[in-house]
Parts: sequence; C-alpha cells; structure tokens
Amino acid sequence: MSVLFILISASLIIATGFLIAFIWSVRSGQYDDDYTPSVRMLFDDELTPDKTETTNSNKDQKDTDYGTRKI
Amino acid sequence: MSLVVKEPVTACFHCGETITSDDIVAGDKHFCCTGCKTVYDIINKNQLCEYYEIGAAPGINQRTKVREGKFDFLDDAQIIDKLVHFKDSTHFHVRFYLPQMHCSSCIWILEHLHRIDPGITKSQVDFIKKEITVIYNFNATSLKQVAKTLALIGYEPHISLNDVSSTKVKKYDRERIVKIGIAGFCFGNIMMLSFPEYFSLEKLEDPALKHWFNYLNLVLSLPVFFYSASEFFISGYKGLKQGFLNIDAPIALAVLITFGRSVYEIIGGSGAGYLDSMSGIVFFMLIGRYFQNRTYQSISFDRDYTSYFPLGVSVINADGTEMQTSVSNIKKGDRIRIHNDEIIPADAILFIGKATIDYSFVTGESLPVEKTIGEIIYAGGRQTSGAIELEVIKEVSQSYLTQLWNNEAFKTKKEEVKVSFIHRVSRYFTYALFTVALAAACYWLLHDPSKAWNAVTSVLIVACPCALLLSATFTNGNMIRILNKYGLYIKNASVIERLGDIDTIVFDKTGTITEQGRSEIHFEGQPLTDEHSQLLRSLASQSNHPLSKSIVSCLPFQRSLPVKSYQDLKGQGTSGLVSGRVVKMGSAEFVLGQQSSDSRSGSRVYVSIDSEFKGCFIINNTYRKGLQESIAGLKDKFSLNILSGDNDSEAPYLATVFGNTTGMLFNRKPEDKLSYIQQLQSNHKVLMIGDGLNDAGALMQSDVGIAISDDTNNFSPACDAVLAGERFSLLNELLAYCRKEKVIIYSSFALSVLYNAIGLYFAVQGSLQPVIAAILMPVSSISIVLLTTGMSSLFGLRLKKQKT
Repeated sequence: MSVLFILISASLIIATGFLIAFIWSVRSGQYDDDYTPSVRMLFDDELTPDKTETTNSNKDQKDTDYGTRKI
Repeated sequence: MSLVVKEPVTACFHCGETITSDDIVAGDKHFCCTGCKTVYDIINKNQLCEYYEIGAAPGINQRTKVREGKFDFLDDAQIIDKLVHFKDSTHFHVRFYLPQMHCSSCIWILEHLHRIDPGITKSQVDFIKKEITVIYNFNATSLKQVAKTLALIGYEPHISLNDVSSTKVKKYDRERIVKIGIAGFCFGNIMMLSFPEYFSLEKLEDPALKHWFNYLNLVLSLPVFFYSASEFFISGYKGLKQGFLNIDAPIALAVLITFGRSVYEIIGGSGAGYLDSMSGIVFFMLIGRYFQNRTYQSISFDRDYTSYFPLGVSVINADGTEMQTSVSNIKKGDRIRIHNDEIIPADAILFIGKATIDYSFVTGESLPVEKTIGEIIYAGGRQTSGAIELEVIKEVSQSYLTQLWNNEAFKTKKEEVKVSFIHRVSRYFTYALFTVALAAACYWLLHDPSKAWNAVTSVLIVACPCALLLSATFTNGNMIRILNKYGLYIKNASVIERLGDIDTIVFDKTGTITEQGRSEIHFEGQPLTDEHSQLLRSLASQSNHPLSKSIVSCLPFQRSLPVKSYQDLKGQGTSGLVSGRVVKMGSAEFVLGQQSSDSRSGSRVYVSIDSEFKGCFIINNTYRKGLQESIAGLKDKFSLNILSGDNDSEAPYLATVFGNTTGMLFNRKPEDKLSYIQQLQSNHKVLMIGDGLNDAGALMQSDVGIAISDDTNNFSPACDAVLAGERFSLLNELLAYCRKEKVIIYSSFALSVLYNAIGLYFAVQGSLQPVIAAILMPVSSISIVLLTTGMSSLFGLRLKKQKT
C-alpha cells in the first residue's frame, strides 16, 4: 500500500501539468471568441503552388491597374 | 401554344437582390448596379471567387457609394494614435467594427484581405462582436488605405467617436474561467482523496497514508480558498464596510469557518475536515455567477452619445482648402462642410447649401426639417440633401444634445441603487442561521461543553447560504438565455427583477410604436394610367425627401423618363418637365393654389400633370404589427402613457388603440421626457420604451429603459435592454415571464431549506461526518440547478406559444 505515495504524487504532478496548460490557454485569449473558429476551420486550404504562381503574376498586373484606377 | 420566352435572370449575383431597373451584365453574371459589379471585379481580380462559392449571393447591396475622401480623417496622426491599439517596430494593430458582417463568406474574404492589399499582414475576424483585427505594415500601407480596402469590397468600417474615447478591456471573463478551472480541479482531486475517509476504511489504512491524504487535501484547498473564493471575501467585506449585509457576506463566513475548522482538524489530527464540501460549493457558485453574467456578446451596452457621432469632419480653412479634423478639435467659429448622409457633429449655423435635416433619431420628429441659410442646425441630425457648409457655434461637448448626458440620471448605476431582493432574503437567512447556531451552542454548553464548538461550526458549515446564490444565478442565467431567444436582450440580471416590479409603461411614438423608415402610402383620385405613373415616378425620383422616396417605392418601374427644368421649392413641392409635360407635386397650395381642407392624419402630396389635378398621395406612419392586440393585453395590468417628440396628428388614431385613459403628450423635448418620468416615479415603477437619442434621458431615468431596435447594430445608448422590433407584440408575455423570476427563486430556496434541515439535524447533534456534508452539498446544488433551469424553461414555453 505504501506504493500509493508514489502513485498519487505522480498523478497529481501530471494533473497539475494539465491544469497549468489550461490556465495558460485561457489566459492566452484562445477562448475569447468561441464562435468564429468553428466557421474558420471549415474553409478550404490555400491554393496549390502552381495556382499561387499565376496569382503572383496576376498581382503584378493588378498593381498597374491600381495605378490607374481611382480609389 | 405558348412561345418559349427566355426569362431574364432576376437576382444580382453579388447581393442577391432582385434586379428591377438596370441589369448590368459581365460575362454570364448579372448585377443590380455598378457598385455590386465593381466589388465583384475586385474580388475576381484577386482570385477570391471562393467568396461566392461558400454561400450564395453573400454580398451587401452597393447601390450607395462610399464618398470619395470619406476616410481622409484617418491621415491625422492623433487619430491613428488613438485607434491603433498595439504598435511595434513594423506593424500596427487596429480593430474595426464592421456591422455588415453576416455570413461565413464575409469571414472568409475578410481574413484574406492580404490578397487585395499586400501591406496587410494578417486579419482576423471575431464574428460575434462583428470586429476585425487588422495587422498591417505601416510602411507598406496606411490606416486610411486599410479602411478604403474594406469599404471597397463592401465592408465599410463604422468608426465613431466612441472608438477613441473608451478603452474596452475584457480580461475579466478570463480570470473567472481560470478560477472555475482551479476550483474544479481541486474539488475533484480532494473528493477523490477523501474516498477512504467516506468509507471509513480506517482499519485497513496505514495511518501515515491517512495523514498524507489529509495534508494533500489541505494543500489542494489553498488555491481554492485564497484565489477562487477571493471574490466572495472581497465583496462581502466591501458590503460590510458600507454597513450593508449583501449575499456574499454569509457565504464568505461559511467558507471561512469551513476552512478554519478543517485546518484545525487536520493539523491537530482530530479529523479529516470538510475541504471537499468547501471547494465543491465554491466551484458551483462560480459556475453560477459565470452563467449569469454571460450577456449577449453582439450588443454593447456601454455606449453613450459618442458612438453615434462621426470621428472626423471636413473643416474649411481660410484659403478654401478642406482639412479633415477630429470632431473633438472643432472650435467655435470653424467652417465645416457636411456631405450627404452625414451627421452634424456640433450646433452650427447654415451658410451655404440646401439643408434637409433628419432628426428622427434625435428628437423623434418623423419628417425631415428644412432649414434656411442663417438658421441654427442642432447637432445629431443627419443631412439628407447634398453638401452644405456650416459655421460652428458650440463645440461638440457643449452642444444641446450632449448636455443631456450631463444630467444626474446618467451618473448613477441603477443596479447599485436598487438592491435586489436576494440580498434581503439572505439577510433573514443569516439571522435565522445565527439563531440556530446560538441555540445549539447554549444547549451544548449546558449539557456537554465539549460538543459546543463542534456543533456551532457544523451548523455554520452545513446551512448553506450558498443555495440562495445558486438559485439566483442559475435562474437568472437561464432566464437571460430564454429572453435572448425571444428578442429581449438585457444588460444584466438585475433588469429581470426590476421588470417584474413594473406597473406603468411609457411609450415613445416615432420608431417605437411606428416602424422606423416605413410608411403606408395610397393614392386618392382618378386611377393613374401607366404613362402618368411613370411621369410622376420620374419626377419623384429626382428628390431625396422621404415622401418622394415613398412615392417612388409605391409606383412600379417601367422606364426612366428624362426630366428637364427641375425645381425643388422648399416646403412646397417639386416641379419639372417630364417628356415635355409639366408635372407638379407638393402641398395643396403649391399644386392647386389653395389651402387644403383635409384634416385627417398623414401627409399629403398633391399631384398635377399639365395643370390638371390628378389626385393626392396620402402617406401615413405604419404602426408595428400586432400593436392593437398587445396594447389590449397590456392595458389590463399596466397604466400606459405616450410621450412623443413628434406632432399630435396621430392622436385620434392612437386614442382608438390605447383607450381614453392613456395619457398622451406630444412635441416633448428630451429634457421634458426625463422630467415626466421623474414625476411618474414618485409613486410608480416606470418602464420606458423608446428608440432614439431623444429618449436617452428618459430611458436612463426610468426604472427600466428598453430600446426598440430593428437593427441591433444601431440603437439608443443608455438603455437597460434592447427589444427586437419584430418582437414588439410579445411585450406582455415577456413582462409576465420576468415576474416569474421571484417565484422560481423562492421555490428553489424552499427546496434548499429542506436539505438544510436534514443537514442541521446532524449538525446540531455535533455528529456531522464529512461524508454527510459531502453528499448533501452536491446533491442540493445539482437539484437546485435542475429545479431552477426546469422551472424557467417551463415558463418560457408560454412565450413560445405566443410567438407568431
């Protein structure tokens, strides 16, 4: 039965570790907004590299367009 | 046989509205206006078309363009300083409020802003608060550019004076969650470590182990006692200092005694203490408080008049150039230019331009007022007919409108003045408790002094005043949630109790019992031919006046006709040559040449074509749906009053709805409304229902002030609750529901008295074992939670039945 000393200590230390993780995560502000992440995670991933390159070249074109467009 | 006719596409690809007049086509997509098409172009060019794939027609209608130069005030370094909430060596962080956010596509595109403006590093949306946090590189782009980018895709940020004056800190909720976490963690572990104690396995146990478990419990209880329970001690102490026994005082006492006795027992080796009950009750009470304080996140009740005013205004320098200045820097004598649809920020005199000021939000007058050159225009009105130049006569903080906010009514917090009945009940409970403890002490001192101390502390541990707090917090929390569901958003829990005590209701007229922005229009006269209606419509669409807009909306569109020699005569009417015909619209005098003898309610627009009188349009306020029925229901229980800033033309109709015993006062200024409420309060509990800034004083003064709103982004500050416009007919049921609050709390308290009686039975005998306390505590807590939640949801079903 005296092994309980070690067992309880070990489990309490691990549990305290989780408590610290909980406190840290709440304090970091993750839970301030609990709605938007649920929508955000359903978005598709970013475009693949090939398409991104076309985007970049389009961006160059776009810059010149902005030059003439009145905002 | 029917020919197959190709039906034109009728919904705009961007905003989803039906395409009525112009159909703009780009490729295979149709748009209702160039604004929508422009936004589509930008989105398409930046490879952001996923915006349209996430939801159908996610855009907002872009018919009204954002004025060029609208965000010039964001160039001012002072203003940037105040709006930006974080700076480092390369980036600024800023938060904007975007009321147009309404769907997941909005979230998607707003978080991909960096594709449109590469200077933006990151943007993150908080959808519930409708806020976006933008992190941008201030060398690559500017605050003004960020605002312009947002406006360009249809999400114009709403920036008001409120954003620079107040600092919103929301750390509070996080700390409470941490406290709950710690209390829960310790509660669970202490209870687990107490199991051997419960089952009395002393014979099997190693005494060293028992001691060790007890000391572990003690260590675990320290964070609960010193950190999680701290708010009870602080609040109870503050109350006592002011000579007032609030509900936290007996709770603090109970926690203190439990902890004290447990420490004594553990260190002295005489027992195991009651730390499991202590930490458990702290845990449940904190959860109750958290639940109660969760108000609807989308509505901010801390606004004042500054949230209605713009941040910057164009000041005209001596040399004629315009400079964007912050509104708080405007001085007397400055010349300012106010553009169409802008708010006048300070009392000023009109110098140049045509001023048609819409004061509906400020004074309650439903029709815009036309002002001549040289007349004073008061702050708070909205200009509706083009750009004007004004000379400021009073600074913003000195204006007629803001003076209202200096009234005493705005200084006190209502929940601090009126004490909840909970505190009174808890006081009686405390006295009763001390009596029992004293009686037990006396008894034991006479019979067996060794048990006296034991009995007294047991009584104070077991008889839980905590039950009262649990009843109140869980009842309120659930009722708030249910009230939210039915359209009544309240500021905090004390409002429910005050609503239950109401016996008099005062209604504002414009925007409260009438629907904001809408009116009923019908035509009296010979039936109009298609050609005539198009002539009239073309002339009417030249003017911005609400009466003209009503006429335009009621005549169907077929084609747009050219108008020449257009004339707009203030206060009289408009005239012009439409397709060569002389069309006139306006007052009877203007169109017919004689005064009207019609004294019925409503505004009249007489029309003539080629000097031939055709008839007149009659435009009436539309009253809210279900007004008759809800007023009929309210009349029985409450005494009703109407207090309006508008004229009394509607009085006869209102008398039919409200009855002859209702007091009706018209043309009341904001201060008059406030003093009327004060008068009523001498022997009544008053509920004020209003909507505009002109009601703010009255809303603040009354026992409860409800602001009606058709758009929760835009409502009167200084209110205790917001009622959604379409739920107005539920008012009677909502008030009846609030009256049930006391019933529920008393019932659940009665239940807890039952548990207390059982516990006290053991406690007075001096034989309270920790296991009994440990069983009673969660059982009573959970049953209270179940009872209160059940009863409040049950009463809430009655609201559901009434919902149309």
